Formats: sequence, C-alpha cells, structure tokens
Amino acid sequence: MVNAASRPDEPVEVRVADGDPRPKAVLEGPDIRRALTRIAHEILERTKGGHDVLLLGIQTRGVTLAERLAGALREVEGRPVPWGSLDVTMYRDDLRLRPARALGRTEVPPEGVDDRVVVLVDDVLFSGRTVRAALDALNDLGRPRAVQLAVLVDRGHRELPIRADYVGKNLPTSMRENVKVLLAENDGRDAVLLGPTGGAK
Amino acid sequence: MNRHLISAADLSRDDALLVLDTAEELAQIADRSIKKLPTLRGRTVVNLFFEDSTRTRISFEAAAKRLSADVINFSAKGSSVSKGESLKDTALTLEAMGADGVVIRHGASGAPHRLAGWVRGSVVNAGDGTHEHPTQALLDAFTMRRRLGDLEGRKVTIVGDVLHSRVARSNVLLLHTLGADVTLVAPPTLVPVAVGTWPCSVSYDLDAVLPKSDVVMMLRVQQERMNAAYFPSVREYSRRYGLDGDRMAQLPEHAIVMHPGPMNRGVEIAAEVADSVRSTIVEQVANGVSARMAVLYLLLGGSEPAIGKGVSE
Repeated sequence: MVNAASRPDEPVEVRVADGDPRPKAVLEGPDIRRALTRIAHEILERTKGGHDVLLLGIQTRGVTLAERLAGALREVEGRPVPWGSLDVTMYRDDLRLRPARALGRTEVPPEGVDDRVVVLVDDVLFSGRTVRAALDALNDLGRPRAVQLAVLVDRGHRELPIRADYVGKNLPTSMRENVKVLLAENDGRDAVLLGPTGGAK
Repeated sequence: MNRHLISAADLSRDDALLVLDTAEELAQIADRSIKKLPTLRGRTVVNLFFEDSTRTRISFEAAAKRLSADVINFSAKGSSVSKGESLKDTALTLEAMGADGVVIRHGASGAPHRLAGWVRGSVVNAGDGTHEHPTQALLDAFTMRRRLGDLEGRKVTIVGDVLHSRVARSNVLLLHTLGADVTLVAPPTLVPVAVGTWPCSVSYDLDAVLPKSDVVMMLRVQQERMNAAYFPSVREYSRRYGLDGDRMAQLPEHAIVMHPGPMNRGVEIAAEVADSVRSTIVEQVANGVSARMAVLYLLLGGSEPAIGKGVSE
C-alpha cells in the first residue's frame, strides 16, 4: 500500500515481516483523509443532513479528528457544524490503577448537548472502556437526543458491549500489537502505525 | 511512602503547576448543572477541624463532595476532644474508620505533621497555628494566574500581620517556587524574626512598594492571636498599613487586590477597596473549591498521590 518511492520526502515505512519490532504504517495521510471524508458523508446520510449534530472529540487525538470532521461536514453541506472536546480522565475505570494524571480540556459549544445528536469521535476503538467513560461524562453534561460513535480505527478486542457507528478502518489485530494514530496537528504527520506492544509508542 | 500536603514547600514547581492546571479544568464544573464528578467515589475524606473556620471547612467539604467522596466532618467542639482526648487517639479513631484523606486545621503549628506520622491516609494541612496554610496559597496563586497570566517575575506585595499569618508564609514559599517576587510590608513588630531565611524582601513603607506591585494581598490583623500591643492603635495601623481608595490609586492599572478573609473592613482594607473591581475577594472563595478539588484529586484519585511529600516519623 505504501509507495515510498513516489514520496521521497516522507519517512520510509514499509510492510515488514511479523516479529520485526519496527512499526508499520497501515494508513497514510491520504488514506486518513479519504476515511474522514467518507465518515462525514455517512454522518450526513445517517442524520439526514446533519441538523442538530454536535461532534465531541475525546482527548487528545479524537479532538483533532472532530475538528477535521467538522471541516469536512462544512465543506459538503456548506454550513458550520459545532464541535468540541471531551476529557474522560475523571470517569475512567482504571483511575486507581495508576497515579492521578493531568486533565485535558472539556469544551462544549455554547449550544450545549441537550436534544442534539452527539457524535463522539476517537482515534482507536479497542476495549470500549474509554467510550464507556465518555458516555458517563456526557451524561453529566446534559441529555442528548442520540449518541453515536465515530472512530478512525477499530482494532477489535472489545471488553464492553459497545460498537462504532462510523469506522475509518477495521483493523484486525492481536493483543500483542499496538495501534498508534499520528496526526499532523499533534505529531507532525498523519499515519496509523501497527507495531508490537511497546514498540510503536 | 504516602504523600501529604503539609507545607507549600512540599510542592515542586512541576507539582504546583500541575495543581493549578488541574484546578483550571475543574473550575468548569462549577458552571455545569451537574456539579459532580465520580472520581473519588468510595473514598473517605475526614475534615478534622480543631479551630473555628467557615470558608475553609465549607470549601474542603464542597470540593470533596463534588468529587463524590464520602465526607465526615469533625469539629473539636462537641467531640471527645472536649473530654480531653488527645490528637493521637483521635487520629487512631479516624484510622479505624478508614479515612483515605484527612484535612486538618489545628491551633498548634506542626499538628498536621504529627498526624501524618500516625495515619495511613494522605494529610492535607488546612491551617496549623501560625505555620502554614498551603491550599490558601494555591488558591491565591490560581486567582493571580487567572487574572494576570504566568506568575514568573510578577511582583506580589503581602501587607499586614505577617507574624501571625500562616497564609503569608505559605504564599511566600509557593510564589517563590512559581517564580514571583514577594515583598512583605508590615510594622517591624509584626515581622517574624526568622524572615531573613524566607525567600522574599521586607519593607516598612507601603506607599513606596504599591506603584511597583502587580498584586497586593492584605492580611487580617489577627487580634485573637495577639497577646501584646504590636502597634499603638488600630487607627494608626490603618493609616500606615491599611489599603484605602487613595492608596489603591497608586497601584498600576492591571494590579489586583486580594484578601484571604475574613476581612476587618476599615482596619486593613477599606470597604470601597474590598468592593472594587480590582478586588478578587469573592473570586478567591470560588477558586478555593477548584484548587482544593485539584489537591484532593491529585492526592487521592490515583493508585498513589501525584503531588506532595512523604513524612518520616
């Protein structure tokens, strides 16, 4: 999938044999852009034009993706779609397994979440525990008419009855693998990397 | 080893900034219809108040409750302390009840430090004698940062009864950690002997310092701790060290006026100053809840405290 020769200025990422510790790129910048554009169209289709839609990105990379999706929606429909950020740290079920950590920003547009179709946006859907925490956090912010979930990568291994409504790419993984989403705004470039646990961090 | 917040000096610069950043995020909760987070569900916080307090006790109680902790309030009046129970026995009782955090205010300097050696939970000093009051310093720094931005290089003037003030000591230590320059202004009789070891400068002339101040913090004249005549009369004190409208006019335009409360209007601060737009006195109370939520979350929220210092008995 990756054609390094055609883009000599980008770092070379090639598919490597299993067991190689180097992470491999499974999605590159253009793939991510196409996936987000498709999700934007699906959101418009599913919500019949995207009225009342509010995008809420889960800190950190979900916020970047929510902003990009809002841009894509505006381009297609020609009117702005509100978006915001959600920090779920205080609602996590693994808080007590690690030392207390710094909080991210929760910023809901002034319209609020009441009676809106809230689309939660995250980079990777894995156990589903982050999404559960986000649902709890959302519950304290108000009462949306409906809540949907958009993720760039669904890597499987759910531990809770949670599924995504919009998926950029289904990526079957093993538990020994690690999926890392890089976004230009946060990391300097766009890519989804798949590597052995600990290798892609 | 468990960690506690007993002195403002227990906080490194990174710790202090983490508390302030966390408080900033938690301050948003106050604007929501549901002012509650599930973070400390199942944890018990004991408020142990051996000294009278309104705002600090209520502030800690509100902070713990907004984080869903179970709160047990204990005040010395009407408890076994009036029957002569010692601090240690009270501590052991609390220990048996399984307190994860103990917030203590005590008339004796050093009481929280002793308590920290006896209990398993984290101890937060809510004011001990004339020693320290670290969460007050945190909420003051938080208030300054919200009004003025970064505290690095800011000039803070603390005026009044420094000798009896735990607020002054904690503020000097914390503000120094955060890079601000602190000047204490007080009558010579109300400056502690050991002030030479504090990271701040001292002046006896309020009018000379005001024009260079970004923040002026007025301290309460603590009549209840004064067992000698520290100044000739309240009127003279007020004339030389009180902040009235004319003095406030000497401050730079952006400068703010703070007071930890409770105020003696007309003594250290004139009513027109206390009620002016520069005054942050009401904000300080609201910010107190956010700062204390941040401290409780960072001490009790995770598998181990993220801030503070251990105590060796």
